[in-house]
Amino acid sequence: MKLIVLVKEVPDTYGDRKLNLETGLADRAASEAVLDEISERALEAALTYADANEGTEVVALCVAPEGSVATVRKALAMGAQSAVHVADEALLGADITLTAEVLAAAISKTGFDVVITGNVSTDGSGGMVPAAIAEYLGVAHVTGLSELEITDGKVGGPRPVDGGTQRVSAPLPAVVSITEALPDPRFPNFKGIMAAKKKPLETMTLADLNISAENPESARSIMLMVAEKPPREAGIKITDEGDAGEKLANFLIENRLA
Amino acid sequence: MNDFAADSILVVVETTASGAVAKSAAELIGAASLVGTPVALLLGADSLAGDVASLGASRVLVAAEASGSVLGVPAVDALEAAAKLVQPDAILLSHSTDGRDIAARFAIRAKHAISADAVGVIRDELGIVAEHSVYGGAYNATSTATFGPPVITLRQGSIDTRAEATSVTGEALEVTASGKPAATIESFEEETVVSSRPELRGAAKVVSGGRGLGSEEKFKLVEELADALGAAVGASRAAVDAGYVPANHQVGQTGVSVSPQLYIAVGISGAIQHRAGMQTAKTIVAINKDADAPIFEVADFGVVGDLFQIVPQLISALEARKK
Repeated sequence: MKLIVLVKEVPDTYGDRKLNLETGLADRAASEAVLDEISERALEAALTYADANEGTEVVALCVAPEGSVATVRKALAMGAQSAVHVADEALLGADITLTAEVLAAAISKTGFDVVITGNVSTDGSGGMVPAAIAEYLGVAHVTGLSELEITDGKVGGPRPVDGGTQRVSAPLPAVVSITEALPDPRFPNFKGIMAAKKKPLETMTLADLNISAENPESARSIMLMVAEKPPREAGIKITDEGDAGEKLANFLIENRLA
Repeated sequence: MNDFAADSILVVVETTASGAVAKSAAELIGAASLVGTPVALLLGADSLAGDVASLGASRVLVAAEASGSVLGVPAVDALEAAAKLVQPDAILLSHSTDGRDIAARFAIRAKHAISADAVGVIRDELGIVAEHSVYGGAYNATSTATFGPPVITLRQGSIDTRAEATSVTGEALEVTASGKPAATIESFEEETVVSSRPELRGAAKVVSGGRGLGSEEKFKLVEELADALGAAVGASRAAVDAGYVPANHQVGQTGVSVSPQLYIAVGISGAIQHRAGMQTAKTIVAINKDADAPIFEVADFGVVGDLFQIVPQLISALEARKK
Protein backbone atom coordinates (compact mmCIF):
# COMPACT_ATOMS: atom_id res chain seq x y z
CA MET A 1 0.00 0.00 0.00
CA LYS A 2 1.40 3.36 -1.00
CA LEU A 3 0.04 6.38 0.86
CA ILE A 4 0.79 9.95 -0.24
CA VAL A 5 0.14 12.58 2.41
CA LEU A 6 -0.22 16.19 1.31
CA VAL A 7 1.46 18.53 3.76
CA LYS A 8 1.05 22.28 3.66
CA GLU A 9 3.17 25.07 5.06
CA VAL A 10 1.06 27.87 6.56
CA PRO A 11 1.58 31.01 8.65
CA ASP A 12 1.44 30.09 12.34
CA THR A 13 -2.05 30.86 13.70
CA TYR A 14 -0.50 31.53 17.13
CA GLY A 15 0.83 34.84 15.77
CA ASP A 16 -0.58 37.70 13.73
CA ARG A 17 -0.96 36.78 10.08
CA LYS A 18 -0.48 39.47 7.44
CA LEU A 19 -1.38 39.90 3.79
CA ASN A 20 0.74 42.05 1.52
CA LEU A 21 -1.67 44.84 0.61
CA GLU A 22 -0.12 45.34 -2.83
CA THR A 23 0.07 41.78 -4.07
CA GLY A 24 -2.70 40.29 -1.95
CA LEU A 25 -0.40 37.38 -1.14
CA ALA A 26 0.49 36.07 2.29
CA ASP A 27 3.33 38.05 3.81
CA ARG A 28 5.62 35.15 4.58
CA ALA A 29 8.11 37.32 6.42
CA ALA A 30 5.47 38.57 8.88
CA SER A 31 4.82 35.28 10.65
CA GLU A 32 6.54 32.02 11.28
CA ALA A 33 5.82 29.29 8.74
CA VAL A 34 4.76 25.96 10.21
CA LEU A 35 3.41 22.63 9.05
CA ASP A 36 -0.39 23.01 9.16
CA GLU A 37 -1.81 21.10 12.11
CA ILE A 38 -4.40 19.34 9.95
CA SER A 39 -1.58 18.14 7.65
CA GLU A 40 0.14 16.66 10.69
CA ARG A 41 -3.06 14.82 11.61
CA ALA A 42 -3.31 13.45 8.06
CA LEU A 43 0.29 12.27 8.31
CA GLU A 44 -0.41 10.74 11.73
CA ALA A 45 -3.31 8.77 10.23
CA ALA A 46 -1.03 7.42 7.49
CA LEU A 47 1.75 6.55 9.94
CA THR A 48 -0.70 4.79 12.29
CA TYR A 49 -1.81 2.62 9.37
CA ALA A 50 1.80 2.00 8.36
CA ASP A 51 2.73 0.99 11.93
CA ALA A 52 0.05 -1.71 11.86
CA ASN A 53 0.53 -2.86 8.26
CA GLU A 54 3.98 -3.90 7.19
CA GLY A 55 5.01 -2.98 3.68
CA THR A 56 3.17 0.35 3.72
CA GLU A 57 4.98 3.23 2.06
CA VAL A 58 4.28 6.78 3.26
CA VAL A 59 5.35 9.67 1.06
CA ALA A 60 4.92 13.32 2.10
CA LEU A 61 4.16 15.73 -0.76
CA CYS A 62 4.43 19.48 -0.47
CA VAL A 63 4.08 22.44 -2.83
CA ALA A 64 5.96 25.30 -1.20
CA PRO A 65 8.64 27.89 -1.90
CA GLU A 66 12.21 26.69 -2.26
CA GLY A 67 13.14 27.83 1.24
CA SER A 68 10.54 25.62 2.91
CA VAL A 69 12.69 22.52 3.26
CA ALA A 70 12.41 22.60 7.08
CA THR A 71 8.66 21.98 6.84
CA VAL A 72 9.17 19.01 4.52
CA ARG A 73 11.89 17.67 6.83
CA LYS A 74 9.47 17.78 9.75
CA ALA A 75 7.17 15.40 7.88
CA LEU A 76 10.14 13.08 7.38
CA ALA A 77 11.12 13.41 11.04
CA MET A 78 7.60 12.40 12.06
CA GLY A 79 8.04 9.18 10.08
CA ALA A 80 7.31 9.56 6.35
CA GLN A 81 9.78 7.41 4.42
CA SER A 82 10.38 9.90 1.65
CA ALA A 83 9.20 13.30 0.54
CA VAL A 84 8.53 15.18 -2.68
CA HIS A 85 8.83 18.97 -2.66
CA VAL A 86 7.50 20.88 -5.66
CA ALA A 87 9.05 24.34 -5.73
CA ASP A 88 8.83 26.83 -8.59
CA GLU A 89 8.77 30.60 -8.63
CA ALA A 90 5.92 30.49 -11.16
CA LEU A 91 3.74 29.01 -8.40
CA LEU A 92 3.84 32.19 -6.32
CA GLY A 93 0.19 33.05 -5.70
CA ALA A 94 -1.07 29.88 -7.41
CA ASP A 95 -4.85 29.50 -7.11
CA ILE A 96 -6.80 26.37 -6.15
CA THR A 97 -7.03 24.87 -9.63
CA LEU A 98 -3.34 25.38 -10.48
CA THR A 99 -2.25 24.03 -7.10
CA ALA A 100 -4.43 20.96 -7.62
CA GLU A 101 -3.06 20.45 -11.14
CA VAL A 102 0.51 20.53 -9.84
CA LEU A 103 -0.24 18.20 -6.93
CA ALA A 104 -2.10 15.76 -9.19
CA ALA A 105 0.83 15.66 -11.61
CA ALA A 106 3.31 15.03 -8.80
CA ILE A 107 1.03 12.33 -7.37
CA SER A 108 0.75 10.59 -10.76
CA LYS A 109 4.51 10.67 -11.14
CA THR A 110 5.05 9.23 -7.66
CA GLY A 111 2.32 6.58 -7.90
CA PHE A 112 -0.27 5.95 -5.13
CA ASP A 113 -3.07 3.88 -3.68
CA VAL A 114 -4.48 6.50 -1.33
CA VAL A 115 -3.85 10.25 -1.15
CA ILE A 116 -4.53 11.56 2.38
CA THR A 117 -4.99 15.28 3.10
CA GLY A 118 -6.44 17.57 5.72
CA ASN A 119 -9.98 18.74 4.92
CA VAL A 120 -9.32 22.49 5.16
CA SER A 121 -6.07 24.41 5.61
CA THR A 122 -5.91 27.13 8.24
CA ASP A 123 -4.80 29.83 5.82
CA GLY A 124 -6.76 29.45 2.60
CA SER A 125 -9.74 27.66 4.19
CA GLY A 126 -10.92 26.69 0.71
CA GLY A 127 -11.16 22.96 1.35
CA MET A 128 -11.36 22.22 -2.38
CA VAL A 129 -7.94 20.92 -3.33
CA PRO A 130 -8.70 17.26 -2.40
CA ALA A 131 -11.75 16.95 -4.69
CA ALA A 132 -10.00 18.94 -7.43
CA ILE A 133 -7.06 16.51 -7.35
CA ALA A 134 -9.48 13.56 -7.53
CA GLU A 135 -11.00 15.04 -10.68
CA TYR A 136 -7.57 15.49 -12.27
CA LEU A 137 -6.59 11.92 -11.36
CA GLY A 138 -9.97 10.52 -12.41
CA VAL A 139 -10.48 8.76 -9.07
CA ALA A 140 -13.06 8.90 -6.27
CA HIS A 141 -12.93 11.55 -3.54
CA VAL A 142 -13.94 10.89 0.06
CA THR A 143 -13.76 14.17 1.95
CA GLY A 144 -14.21 15.20 5.56
CA LEU A 145 -13.80 11.80 7.22
CA SER A 146 -13.90 11.85 11.03
CA GLU A 147 -12.24 8.40 11.11
CA LEU A 148 -10.08 6.75 8.48
CA GLU A 149 -10.52 3.09 7.58
CA ILE A 150 -8.26 1.58 4.95
CA THR A 151 -8.90 -2.05 4.00
CA ASP A 152 -7.91 -4.15 1.02
CA GLY A 153 -9.08 -2.29 -2.02
CA LYS A 154 -11.24 0.20 -0.10
CA VAL A 155 -11.03 3.39 1.91
CA GLY A 156 -13.80 5.09 3.88
CA GLY A 157 -15.31 5.91 7.24
CA PRO A 158 -17.85 8.17 8.90
CA ARG A 159 -18.37 11.53 7.16
CA PRO A 160 -20.21 14.23 9.15
CA VAL A 161 -22.39 16.42 6.92
CA ASP A 162 -25.18 18.91 7.66
CA GLY A 163 -27.89 17.09 9.58
CA GLY A 164 -26.06 13.86 10.35
CA THR A 165 -23.27 11.47 9.54
CA GLN A 166 -22.83 9.41 6.39
CA ARG A 167 -20.86 6.17 6.15
CA VAL A 168 -18.93 6.26 2.89
CA SER A 169 -16.43 4.08 1.10
CA ALA A 170 -14.57 4.23 -2.18
CA PRO A 171 -12.59 1.80 -4.31
CA LEU A 172 -8.83 2.38 -4.51
CA PRO A 173 -7.10 4.40 -5.73
CA ALA A 174 -8.79 7.36 -4.07
CA VAL A 175 -8.24 10.79 -2.55
CA VAL A 176 -9.43 11.24 1.04
CA SER A 177 -9.46 14.21 3.39
CA ILE A 178 -9.75 13.99 7.17
CA THR A 179 -11.07 16.36 9.84
CA GLU A 180 -9.50 17.42 13.11
CA ALA A 181 -11.57 14.74 14.86
CA LEU A 182 -8.67 12.38 14.05
CA PRO A 183 -6.02 11.74 16.74
CA ASP A 184 -3.35 14.30 17.64
CA PRO A 185 -0.12 14.01 15.65
CA ARG A 186 3.00 12.51 17.20
CA PHE A 187 6.02 14.66 17.98
CA PRO A 188 9.15 13.88 16.01
CA ASN A 189 11.71 12.33 18.40
CA PHE A 190 15.48 12.80 18.27
CA LYS A 191 15.98 9.57 16.35
CA GLY A 192 13.39 10.65 13.82
CA ILE A 193 14.97 14.07 13.37
CA MET A 194 18.40 12.51 12.77
CA ALA A 195 16.99 9.89 10.40
CA ALA A 196 15.11 12.57 8.44
CA LYS A 197 18.40 14.01 7.24
CA LYS A 198 19.19 10.82 5.37
CA LYS A 199 15.74 10.14 3.93
CA PRO A 200 15.12 10.72 0.22
CA LEU A 201 13.79 14.19 -0.54
CA GLU A 202 13.01 14.76 -4.20
CA THR A 203 12.58 18.31 -5.50
CA MET A 204 10.51 18.94 -8.62
CA THR A 205 9.82 22.02 -10.73
CA LEU A 206 6.91 22.75 -13.06
CA ALA A 207 9.11 21.78 -16.00
CA ASP A 208 9.66 18.34 -14.42
CA LEU A 209 5.89 17.95 -14.24
CA ASN A 210 5.30 19.31 -17.73
CA ILE A 211 2.97 22.03 -16.44
CA SER A 212 2.78 25.66 -17.49
CA ALA A 213 1.46 28.11 -14.92
CA GLU A 214 0.29 30.27 -17.82
CA ASN A 215 -1.97 27.79 -19.58
CA PRO A 216 -4.28 30.04 -21.63
CA GLU A 217 -7.08 27.45 -21.68
CA SER A 218 -7.66 27.49 -17.94
CA ALA A 219 -9.30 30.45 -16.24
CA ARG A 220 -7.54 31.59 -13.09
CA SER A 221 -8.81 33.25 -9.96
CA ILE A 222 -7.29 36.66 -9.37
CA MET A 223 -7.48 38.99 -6.41
CA LEU A 224 -8.80 42.43 -7.32
CA MET A 225 -8.57 44.19 -3.99
CA VAL A 226 -7.33 43.53 -0.51
CA ALA A 227 -7.77 45.84 2.44
CA GLU A 228 -6.95 45.55 6.10
CA LYS A 229 -9.85 46.07 8.44
CA PRO A 230 -9.19 48.51 11.27
CA PRO A 231 -8.55 46.48 14.42
CA ARG A 232 -11.38 46.30 16.93
CA GLU A 233 -11.05 48.59 19.87
CA ALA A 234 -11.81 47.50 23.38
CA GLY A 235 -14.90 49.14 24.88
CA ILE A 236 -16.08 49.28 28.47
CA LYS A 237 -14.47 46.94 30.99
CA ILE A 238 -15.88 46.66 34.49
CA THR A 239 -14.91 44.58 37.49
CA ASP A 240 -17.75 42.75 39.22
CA GLU A 241 -18.77 44.38 42.50
CA GLY A 242 -21.77 42.15 42.98
CA ASP A 243 -23.99 43.83 40.37
CA ALA A 244 -22.19 43.11 37.09
CA GLY A 245 -24.98 40.77 35.94
CA GLU A 246 -27.49 43.61 36.35
CA LYS A 247 -25.22 46.08 34.57
CA LEU A 248 -24.69 43.68 31.70
CA ALA A 249 -28.45 43.13 31.41
CA ASN A 250 -28.90 46.93 31.20
CA PHE A 251 -26.22 47.19 28.51
CA LEU A 252 -27.92 44.48 26.43
CA ILE A 253 -31.37 46.03 26.80
CA GLU A 254 -30.19 49.58 26.07
CA ASN A 255 -28.56 48.31 22.88
CA ARG A 256 -31.65 46.30 21.94
CA LEU A 257 -29.71 43.08 22.12
CA ALA A 258 -32.02 41.40 24.62
CA MET B 1 -28.14 30.78 -28.17
CA ASN B 2 -30.45 29.54 -25.49
CA ASP B 3 -33.62 30.83 -23.89
CA PHE B 4 -32.07 31.63 -20.51
CA ALA B 5 -31.62 35.21 -19.33
CA ALA B 6 -28.30 36.72 -20.46
CA ASP B 7 -27.47 37.58 -16.85
CA SER B 8 -28.26 34.09 -15.49
CA ILE B 9 -26.56 32.96 -12.30
CA LEU B 10 -26.60 29.18 -11.92
CA VAL B 11 -27.30 28.18 -8.32
CA VAL B 12 -26.65 24.60 -7.19
CA VAL B 13 -29.37 23.56 -4.72
CA GLU B 14 -28.38 20.63 -2.51
CA THR B 15 -30.93 18.39 -0.81
CA THR B 16 -30.70 16.73 2.60
CA ALA B 17 -30.66 13.00 3.31
CA SER B 18 -34.24 13.25 4.52
CA GLY B 19 -35.25 14.61 1.11
CA ALA B 20 -35.71 18.33 1.78
CA VAL B 21 -34.16 21.38 0.12
CA ALA B 22 -30.94 22.35 1.94
CA LYS B 23 -31.15 25.46 4.13
CA SER B 24 -28.36 27.11 2.16
CA ALA B 25 -30.62 27.36 -0.94
CA ALA B 26 -32.47 30.47 0.29
CA GLU B 27 -29.35 32.58 0.69
CA LEU B 28 -27.72 31.24 -2.49
CA ILE B 29 -30.75 32.23 -4.56
CA GLY B 30 -30.93 35.51 -2.61
CA ALA B 31 -27.29 36.25 -3.44
CA ALA B 32 -27.83 35.35 -7.11
CA SER B 33 -30.80 37.72 -7.29
CA LEU B 34 -28.51 40.61 -6.28
CA VAL B 35 -26.30 40.20 -9.35
CA GLY B 36 -28.48 38.53 -11.99
CA THR B 37 -31.30 36.11 -12.72
CA PRO B 38 -31.20 33.04 -10.44
CA VAL B 39 -31.49 29.73 -12.30
CA ALA B 40 -31.50 26.75 -9.93
CA LEU B 41 -30.02 23.32 -10.50
CA LEU B 42 -31.91 21.09 -8.09
CA LEU B 43 -29.91 18.05 -7.00
CA GLY B 44 -33.00 16.13 -5.96
CA ALA B 45 -36.52 15.05 -6.80
CA ASP B 46 -38.86 17.05 -9.05
CA SER B 47 -41.35 17.21 -6.16
CA LEU B 48 -39.04 19.77 -4.51
CA ALA B 49 -39.05 22.13 -7.52
CA GLY B 50 -41.94 24.16 -6.04
CA ASP B 51 -39.97 24.75 -2.85
CA VAL B 52 -37.01 26.00 -4.88
CA ALA B 53 -39.27 28.30 -6.93
CA SER B 54 -40.70 29.77 -3.74
CA LEU B 55 -37.15 30.80 -2.78
CA GLY B 56 -36.95 32.90 -5.94
CA ALA B 57 -35.53 30.74 -8.74
CA SER B 58 -36.60 31.94 -12.20
CA ARG B 59 -36.09 28.43 -13.62
CA VAL B 60 -35.59 25.11 -11.85
CA LEU B 61 -33.55 22.46 -13.64
CA VAL B 62 -34.04 19.07 -12.01
CA ALA B 63 -31.34 16.41 -11.74
CA ALA B 64 -33.05 13.73 -9.66
CA GLU B 65 -30.30 11.13 -10.10
CA ALA B 66 -27.79 13.44 -8.41
CA SER B 67 -29.20 12.80 -4.94
CA GLY B 68 -28.62 9.05 -4.83
CA SER B 69 -26.04 6.98 -2.99
CA VAL B 70 -23.13 7.89 -5.29
CA LEU B 71 -21.03 10.64 -3.76
CA GLY B 72 -20.46 13.81 -5.76
CA VAL B 73 -19.79 12.62 -9.28
CA PRO B 74 -23.45 12.54 -10.53
CA ALA B 75 -23.88 16.08 -9.17
CA VAL B 76 -20.76 17.21 -11.06
CA ASP B 77 -22.11 15.57 -14.23
CA ALA B 78 -25.42 17.40 -13.75
CA LEU B 79 -23.70 20.73 -13.14
CA GLU B 80 -21.61 20.25 -16.28
CA ALA B 81 -24.79 19.72 -18.33
CA ALA B 82 -26.61 22.64 -16.67
CA ALA B 83 -23.71 25.08 -17.19
CA LYS B 84 -23.52 24.14 -20.89
CA LEU B 85 -27.24 24.72 -21.25
CA VAL B 86 -27.57 27.95 -19.25
CA GLN B 87 -24.23 29.66 -20.10
CA PRO B 88 -24.36 31.56 -16.78
CA ASP B 89 -22.32 34.58 -15.68
CA ALA B 90 -21.36 32.73 -12.50
CA ILE B 91 -22.01 29.46 -10.70
CA LEU B 92 -22.92 29.66 -7.01
CA LEU B 93 -22.69 26.80 -4.51
CA SER B 94 -22.76 26.52 -0.75
CA HIS B 95 -19.38 26.26 0.99
CA SER B 96 -20.64 23.01 2.57
CA THR B 97 -18.67 19.76 2.48
CA ASP B 98 -20.53 18.54 -0.60
CA GLY B 99 -20.79 21.99 -2.18
CA ARG B 100 -17.02 22.38 -2.04
CA ASP B 101 -16.41 18.97 -3.60
CA ILE B 102 -18.87 19.57 -6.43
CA ALA B 103 -17.47 23.06 -7.08
CA ALA B 104 -13.89 21.82 -7.15
CA ARG B 105 -14.48 18.86 -9.49
CA PHE B 106 -16.68 20.90 -11.81
CA ALA B 107 -14.20 23.79 -12.02
CA ILE B 108 -11.40 21.43 -13.00
CA ARG B 109 -13.55 19.73 -15.63
CA ALA B 110 -14.83 23.00 -17.13
CA LYS B 111 -11.48 24.83 -16.70
CA HIS B 112 -13.21 27.59 -14.73
CA ALA B 113 -11.69 29.62 -11.90
CA ILE B 114 -12.73 29.12 -8.27
CA SER B 115 -13.53 31.79 -5.70
CA ALA B 116 -13.83 29.89 -2.42
CA ASP B 117 -15.57 30.80 0.83
CA ALA B 118 -17.08 34.08 -0.36
CA VAL B 119 -19.17 36.21 1.98
CA GLY B 120 -20.78 38.27 -0.77
CA VAL B 121 -21.11 38.74 -4.53
CA ILE B 122 -21.20 41.92 -6.58
CA ARG B 123 -21.33 42.68 -10.31
CA ASP B 124 -18.97 45.15 -11.95
CA GLU B 125 -18.71 46.08 -15.63
CA LEU B 126 -16.63 42.99 -16.39
CA GLY B 127 -18.60 40.36 -14.55
CA ILE B 128 -19.24 38.77 -11.19
CA VAL B 129 -16.86 39.45 -8.30
CA ALA B 130 -16.68 37.48 -5.04
CA GLU B 131 -16.07 39.19 -1.70
CA HIS B 132 -14.01 37.42 0.96
CA SER B 133 -13.21 37.88 4.61
CA VAL B 134 -9.65 36.60 5.10
CA TYR B 135 -7.63 35.49 8.15
CA GLY B 136 -10.56 35.49 10.52
CA GLY B 137 -11.94 38.79 9.31
CA ALA B 138 -8.69 40.77 9.61
CA TYR B 139 -8.77 41.53 5.85
CA ASN B 140 -11.38 42.09 3.19
CA ALA B 141 -10.58 40.97 -0.33
CA THR B 142 -12.31 40.51 -3.67
CA SER B 143 -11.60 37.96 -6.38
CA THR B 144 -12.80 37.08 -9.84
CA ALA B 145 -11.95 34.91 -12.83
CA THR B 146 -9.49 35.94 -15.57
CA PHE B 147 -12.20 34.86 -18.02
CA GLY B 148 -15.34 32.74 -18.08
CA PRO B 149 -17.88 32.38 -15.27
CA PRO B 150 -16.33 32.06 -11.78
CA VAL B 151 -17.34 29.10 -9.62
CA ILE B 152 -18.12 30.68 -6.25
CA THR B 153 -18.81 28.94 -2.94
CA LEU B 154 -20.66 31.04 -0.38
CA ARG B 155 -19.95 30.80 3.34
CA GLN B 156 -23.12 29.61 5.07
CA GLY B 157 -25.06 32.31 6.89
CA SER B 158 -23.39 35.23 5.12
CA ILE B 159 -26.24 36.60 2.97
CA ASP B 160 -29.42 38.11 4.43
CA THR B 161 -31.11 38.99 1.11
CA ARG B 162 -33.95 36.73 0.01
CA ALA B 163 -35.36 36.69 -3.52
CA GLU B 164 -39.03 37.06 -4.36
CA ALA B 165 -40.89 33.78 -4.76
CA THR B 166 -41.83 32.51 -8.22
CA SER B 167 -44.20 29.74 -9.19
CA VAL B 168 -42.23 28.03 -11.97
CA THR B 169 -42.26 24.26 -12.28
CA GLY B 170 -39.30 21.92 -12.58
CA GLU B 171 -37.69 21.14 -15.96
CA ALA B 172 -35.94 17.79 -16.24
CA LEU B 173 -32.28 18.23 -17.11
CA GLU B 174 -30.70 15.84 -19.57
CA VAL B 175 -27.46 14.56 -18.07
CA THR B 176 -24.83 12.30 -19.60
CA ALA B 177 -23.21 10.25 -16.84
CA SER B 178 -19.41 10.50 -16.92
CA GLY B 179 -19.05 7.13 -15.23
CA LYS B 180 -16.02 8.37 -13.26
CA PRO B 181 -15.10 6.38 -10.15
CA ALA B 182 -16.91 7.64 -7.04
CA ALA B 183 -17.44 6.84 -3.40
CA THR B 184 -20.66 5.23 -2.21
CA ILE B 185 -22.80 6.49 0.65
CA GLU B 186 -23.54 3.22 2.47
CA SER B 187 -25.73 4.59 5.22
CA PHE B 188 -26.80 7.78 6.94
CA GLU B 189 -27.36 8.43 10.60
CA GLU B 190 -29.48 11.46 11.30
CA GLU B 191 -28.39 13.77 14.06
CA THR B 192 -30.94 13.78 16.85
CA VAL B 193 -32.00 17.34 17.35
CA VAL B 194 -32.80 17.81 21.02
CA SER B 195 -33.16 21.56 21.27
CA SER B 196 -35.17 24.29 19.67
CA ARG B 197 -32.15 26.61 19.84
CA PRO B 198 -31.09 28.44 16.70
CA GLU B 199 -28.32 26.92 14.64
CA LEU B 200 -24.86 28.33 15.32
CA ARG B 201 -24.17 29.14 11.66
CA GLY B 202 -26.00 32.31 10.75
CA ALA B 203 -27.45 32.90 14.25
CA ALA B 204 -28.17 36.53 15.21
CA LYS B 205 -26.97 35.92 18.78
CA VAL B 206 -24.38 33.49 20.06
CA VAL B 207 -23.41 32.61 23.63
CA SER B 208 -20.15 30.66 23.80
CA GLY B 209 -18.52 28.92 26.74
CA GLY B 210 -14.88 28.05 27.34
CA ARG B 211 -12.69 26.12 29.70
CA GLY B 212 -13.72 28.52 32.48
CA LEU B 213 -16.99 26.59 32.82
CA GLY B 214 -15.00 23.72 34.28
CA SER B 215 -17.24 20.76 33.46
CA GLU B 216 -19.94 19.41 31.19
CA GLU B 217 -22.58 19.88 33.95
CA LYS B 218 -21.61 23.49 34.54
CA PHE B 219 -21.62 24.21 30.79
CA LYS B 220 -25.43 24.10 31.13
CA LEU B 221 -25.12 27.66 32.45
CA VAL B 222 -24.09 28.76 28.95
CA GLU B 223 -27.13 26.99 27.51
CA GLU B 224 -29.42 28.68 30.04
CA LEU B 225 -28.08 32.11 29.13
CA ALA B 226 -28.45 31.27 25.42
CA ASP B 227 -32.09 30.28 26.00
CA ALA B 228 -32.77 33.49 27.93
CA LEU B 229 -31.54 35.46 24.91
CA GLY B 230 -32.84 33.17 22.16
CA ALA B 231 -29.22 32.61 21.15
CA ALA B 232 -27.26 29.74 19.64
CA VAL B 233 -24.68 27.90 21.75
CA GLY B 234 -21.00 28.04 20.79
CA ALA B 235 -17.80 26.95 22.45
CA SER B 236 -14.06 27.43 22.38
CA ARG B 237 -11.85 24.63 21.17
CA ALA B 238 -10.67 24.12 24.77
CA ALA B 239 -14.26 23.43 25.87
CA VAL B 240 -14.76 21.03 22.95
CA ASP B 241 -11.48 19.21 23.61
CA ALA B 242 -12.43 18.93 27.30
CA GLY B 243 -15.67 17.23 26.22
CA TYR B 244 -18.12 19.83 27.57
CA VAL B 245 -19.89 20.11 24.18
CA PRO B 246 -19.86 18.34 20.79
CA ALA B 247 -17.36 19.54 18.17
CA ASN B 248 -20.02 21.08 15.92
CA HIS B 249 -20.35 23.91 18.48
CA GLN B 250 -16.74 24.99 18.07
CA VAL B 251 -16.25 28.63 17.06
CA GLY B 252 -12.89 29.69 15.67
CA GLN B 253 -10.16 29.14 13.15
CA THR B 254 -10.88 25.42 12.82
CA GLY B 255 -14.56 25.53 13.72
CA VAL B 256 -17.47 27.66 12.60
CA SER B 257 -16.96 31.35 11.74
CA VAL B 258 -19.80 33.48 13.07
CA SER B 259 -20.74 37.15 12.55
CA PRO B 260 -23.75 37.61 14.85
CA GLN B 261 -25.28 40.85 16.14
CA LEU B 262 -24.30 39.78 19.65
CA TYR B 263 -21.53 37.44 20.79
CA ILE B 264 -21.15 36.65 24.48
CA ALA B 265 -17.93 34.85 25.46
CA VAL B 266 -18.24 33.18 28.85
CA GLY B 267 -15.06 31.87 30.48
CA ILE B 268 -13.15 32.10 27.18
CA SER B 269 -9.66 33.60 27.30
CA GLY B 270 -9.79 34.51 23.60
CA ALA B 271 -6.82 32.82 21.98
CA ILE B 272 -6.12 34.25 18.53
CA GLN B 273 -7.63 31.14 16.91
CA HIS B 274 -10.91 31.70 18.73
CA ARG B 275 -11.00 35.40 17.88
CA ALA B 276 -10.51 34.51 14.21
CA GLY B 277 -13.96 32.90 14.27
CA MET B 278 -15.93 35.63 16.03
CA GLN B 279 -14.26 39.02 15.84
CA THR B 280 -16.54 40.23 13.04
CA ALA B 281 -19.51 40.09 15.45
CA LYS B 282 -21.28 43.47 15.75
CA THR B 283 -21.20 43.55 19.57
CA ILE B 284 -18.92 41.41 21.71
CA VAL B 285 -19.44 40.83 25.44
CA ALA B 286 -16.85 38.96 27.52
CA ILE B 287 -17.06 37.56 31.03
CA ASN B 288 -13.79 36.26 32.47
CA LYS B 289 -12.09 36.17 35.83
CA ASP B 290 -8.68 37.03 34.34
CA ALA B 291 -8.54 40.80 33.73
CA ASP B 292 -5.66 40.29 31.29
CA ALA B 293 -7.49 37.75 29.08
CA PRO B 294 -7.02 38.70 25.40
CA ILE B 295 -10.77 38.44 24.80
CA PHE B 296 -11.13 41.84 26.52
CA GLU B 297 -9.08 43.45 23.74
CA VAL B 298 -11.97 42.93 21.32
CA ALA B 299 -14.88 43.19 23.76
CA ASP B 300 -17.32 46.09 23.60
CA PHE B 301 -18.43 45.24 27.12
CA GLY B 302 -16.07 43.28 29.35
CA VAL B 303 -16.83 42.01 32.83
CA VAL B 304 -13.99 40.85 35.07
CA GLY B 305 -15.31 38.50 37.71
CA ASP B 306 -16.66 35.09 38.62
CA LEU B 307 -18.90 33.85 35.83
CA PHE B 308 -20.77 31.61 38.27
CA GLN B 309 -21.93 34.76 40.10
CA ILE B 310 -22.43 37.01 37.09
CA VAL B 311 -24.21 34.73 34.62
CA PRO B 312 -27.02 33.58 36.98
CA GLN B 313 -27.58 37.22 37.96
CA LEU B 314 -27.68 38.20 34.28
CA ILE B 315 -30.17 35.43 33.50
CA SER B 316 -32.53 36.44 36.31
CA ALA B 317 -32.22 40.11 35.37
CA LEU B 318 -33.14 39.26 31.77
CA GLU B 319 -36.04 37.06 32.87
CA ALA B 320 -37.30 39.80 35.19
CA ARG B 321 -37.43 42.29 32.27
CA LYS B 322 -39.41 39.86 30.19
CA LYS B 323 -42.26 39.79 32.69
